[in-house]
Amino acid sequence: MKKKKPEPGVTRRGFIRGVGLGSGVAGAGILETEAAAAPAVQVVGPGPAQVTLKVNGKQHTLNLEPRVTLLDALRDHLNYTGAKKVCDRASCGACTVIVGGKAVYACNMLAIEAQGQDIQTVESLSSGNKYHPLITAFVENDAQQCGFCTPGFVMAAKAFLEQNPNPTYEEVKAGLGGNLCRCGTYIGLRNAVLQAAKQMKGAANG
Amino acid sequence: MAETLDYSWPAKEKRRVIGKPLPRIDGYAKSSGRAKYAYDVHRPGMLYGALLTCPHAHARITSIDTSAAEKSPGVMAVDLMARPGEEIQYAGYEIASVAATTLEQARDAVRKIKVAYEVLPHLVDERDLAKAGSRAKASGEQVSGDPDQAFKEADVVSEGFYGIPVLTHCCMEAHGQVIEWKPDRFDYWPSTQNVSGVGGDLAKVLEIPATNVHTHMEAMGGGFGSKFSHDRIGETCARLSRKAGGRPVKLFLDRSTELEIAGNRPSFFARIKLAAKKDGMVTAWESESWATGGPGGANLPAGSLPYVFRGVPNKRMTHTSVSINAAPQRAWRAPNNPQLSYLTCAAMEDLAAKLNMDPVEFFHKNLEYAGAPGPDVFRAQLQKAAELAEWKKLWRPRGQSGPGPVKRGLGIGFNMWYGLGHASRALTRIHPDGSVEVEIGSQDLGTGTRTVIAMVAAETLGLPVSAIKVKIGENAYPPSGASGGSTTVGGVSASTRKSSMNALVKLFEVVSDALGAPPGELEAVGGKIQVKGNPSKSITWQAACKKLGTKTIQEMGENAQRGPGGLINGGAGGVQIADVSVDTETGLVKMNRMVAVQDCGLIINPKTAESQVYGAVMLSIAGALFEERIMDQITGRMLNPGFEFYKLPGIGDVGEIIVHLNVEPEHDKRGVIGLGEPPVVGGIAAIANAVANAIGVRVPVVPLTPDKVLKALEGRA
Repeated sequence: MKKKKPEPGVTRRGFIRGVGLGSGVAGAGILETEAAAAPAVQVVGPGPAQVTLKVNGKQHTLNLEPRVTLLDALRDHLNYTGAKKVCDRASCGACTVIVGGKAVYACNMLAIEAQGQDIQTVESLSSGNKYHPLITAFVENDAQQCGFCTPGFVMAAKAFLEQNPNPTYEEVKAGLGGNLCRCGTYIGLRNAVLQAAKQMKGAANG
Repeated sequence: MAETLDYSWPAKEKRRVIGKPLPRIDGYAKSSGRAKYAYDVHRPGMLYGALLTCPHAHARITSIDTSAAEKSPGVMAVDLMARPGEEIQYAGYEIASVAATTLEQARDAVRKIKVAYEVLPHLVDERDLAKAGSRAKASGEQVSGDPDQAFKEADVVSEGFYGIPVLTHCCMEAHGQVIEWKPDRFDYWPSTQNVSGVGGDLAKVLEIPATNVHTHMEAMGGGFGSKFSHDRIGETCARLSRKAGGRPVKLFLDRSTELEIAGNRPSFFARIKLAAKKDGMVTAWESESWATGGPGGANLPAGSLPYVFRGVPNKRMTHTSVSINAAPQRAWRAPNNPQLSYLTCAAMEDLAAKLNMDPVEFFHKNLEYAGAPGPDVFRAQLQKAAELAEWKKLWRPRGQSGPGPVKRGLGIGFNMWYGLGHASRALTRIHPDGSVEVEIGSQDLGTGTRTVIAMVAAETLGLPVSAIKVKIGENAYPPSGASGGSTTVGGVSASTRKSSMNALVKLFEVVSDALGAPPGELEAVGGKIQVKGNPSKSITWQAACKKLGTKTIQEMGENAQRGPGGLINGGAGGVQIADVSVDTETGLVKMNRMVAVQDCGLIINPKTAESQVYGAVMLSIAGALFEERIMDQITGRMLNPGFEFYKLPGIGDVGEIIVHLNVEPEHDKRGVIGLGEPPVVGGIAAIANAVANAIGVRVPVVPLTPDKVLKALEGRA
């Protein structure tokens, strides 16, 4: 699995360049030369701006305030409600989605930062009666009770297995430590991830 | 006909569905993210709400100015939830709410509301009773037998101090709802443990006809006892919708407010003194306890100590209820029982250590005093738990865990619970096309309610589980009780059994002539209706239903409130043994293993039943080692209202869990007994006792975090 570095739409460096351009500071020659060489920076906000998100392979163009998180954009503006809002502070993992191949807490990323990257939500793991082996493994091992944290665990497990296709029991315990469950489904979760790992490997070989 | 029906469960060897470890029927909906929770409801034109809450633990409102908020961009409605002059008793109390086109606009507007307060003195920390002053209310002494004489005649007396702090419920789905209040129709999507009742309760407050209220809940993200009421947030959400011309409004607590106000479990602290004879038999109990559950304090229910060991002959108890300026308590999975179990089992194990007795032998002896399910059940469970925990091989006397900085220990805890079933009505329909549906105004908290209903109907009708369509989560369905007290599985299994059998008898009447036997001689087995014991005289389910023509069979079944009726029962118990390792250099406690032996009568689905026990054990580990509400007496605020600092265990923190459910005939014959609560009770005691066994000293107040463990080791606890 190739690790991609997130490439946010508005970078700190880009922002500083933008400020440098307009402020006419002394010795601006170097800054101006550098800025001219850099691609044009679009400064957005605080009002709504056009944001394009590629979710599960489909492009969506939205008009969002830059402060809207990826989680709120997915849930409130695109009706992808599989990712849940629980802590809203990147400490429980219920909102986990995969952005650019990496598991991220969607509550802790702005929607504008997720532009230009592949965003994968739990909704991409089923179609009609067809389910990803991870979902089947979760059901068969009862790795869910109220189910509110479950889609987040499914996505965290997916990203984990992509990087660790042959995990040990101990690795599963460490690898899914970024998600919380209050009902206490951890035993089922461990078994589900190990079962899915086996089945996904089988599917890849077959 | 119906009054002579025998509804009793089929004999164990004849059951085809009940007792099978089947996956839950809504598992795919939940794991795939398709299940719609209240928080996921999205309605056309929906507005988003936000709340303003009080930042002071105790204050009087002097003025509120919402004019700037009303003019704020996107705002469609503002609702006042408190008035000038009102005295606020805790931080987090809701003052006003706003509905706007986006959540961000609603939050902006809330920040523009100006509230002036007269700040009043507060008390938020009850741990030191001496500082509680007039906020402490002592109740009278409860005395039975002659404790003075018993202490005089005792061979051994053991004294100790024990404490367990306030916890918060931490439901993953916050408290809240979507409401759409039109002139003649009120649609309500709450996250609730009370689908049948909560809409009517809210209608009463809003003074609208109950007939207008349509409550909907497909799934809910955890309640644990905190989601019976519509709460003040439900009332304000409704008013916002009405003020916004009937547009739907979504309003949920944010996480910090959720942890501050949306439910907590009372604390319990006690100084306990026990007397015993040389042989280990306890002869007297004396306790001075105090507790808080918020502004209303917290009482000690009469006769609730000592826990499980109720028959101790000589007792003296005093209790002080402390009123503090923090949000009121709510029922928390087995209210009071985990606290009382911890106080009792910890004090008793300290006595066993003083007597130099093996705790298994000590508890076995004193189980003579046990209430329901009785000494024999508990003793058999204790023996089984000791065997599964490898007690004989691993247990060492207290503090003799061996050399090296990491010490291993074992400890025991007990639980008991009441169960029975709540009032529940079910409707079973058999359609001419052979399809079957069961409707109940119940809810699934994550316990597997849908699956239990489907399994009972399938067993009764001789059909596979996949043939049953279960419909719950609407107040339009026949009323069923709120899910509390481990009464849901009893209620819905009994009502479903009865409604399905009543419907089946109607089908028997229709096919009786064709099979040449009276309805009473027929049975439904393997997708067929046949003459009892004679598969050659049969008709398929489909063919039988076709004979209904255009008439659907529709029959009710009812379980009376807490009514034992042969199908269900109450009074379960269990024993848990914890196995821990404690690093005496860092103070870190690691769970190696937890053994949970539990009695729960007839088990409908062993898979979801086991999950209940796994989850309960996990909650015990959380309470024993991780979580507590931390209040700051200076600011009056909760210091850890978020999952960064309110610690919950993760997937790597819980060790191994061995669940043993009693399925022996003497348990099975009792009928269905709810399992949600009992296994959450004894774990904290077991873990705390295991830590004391490992390190040789008692860490008196849970959670057993490294700082407290090190303090105890240094003799400063």
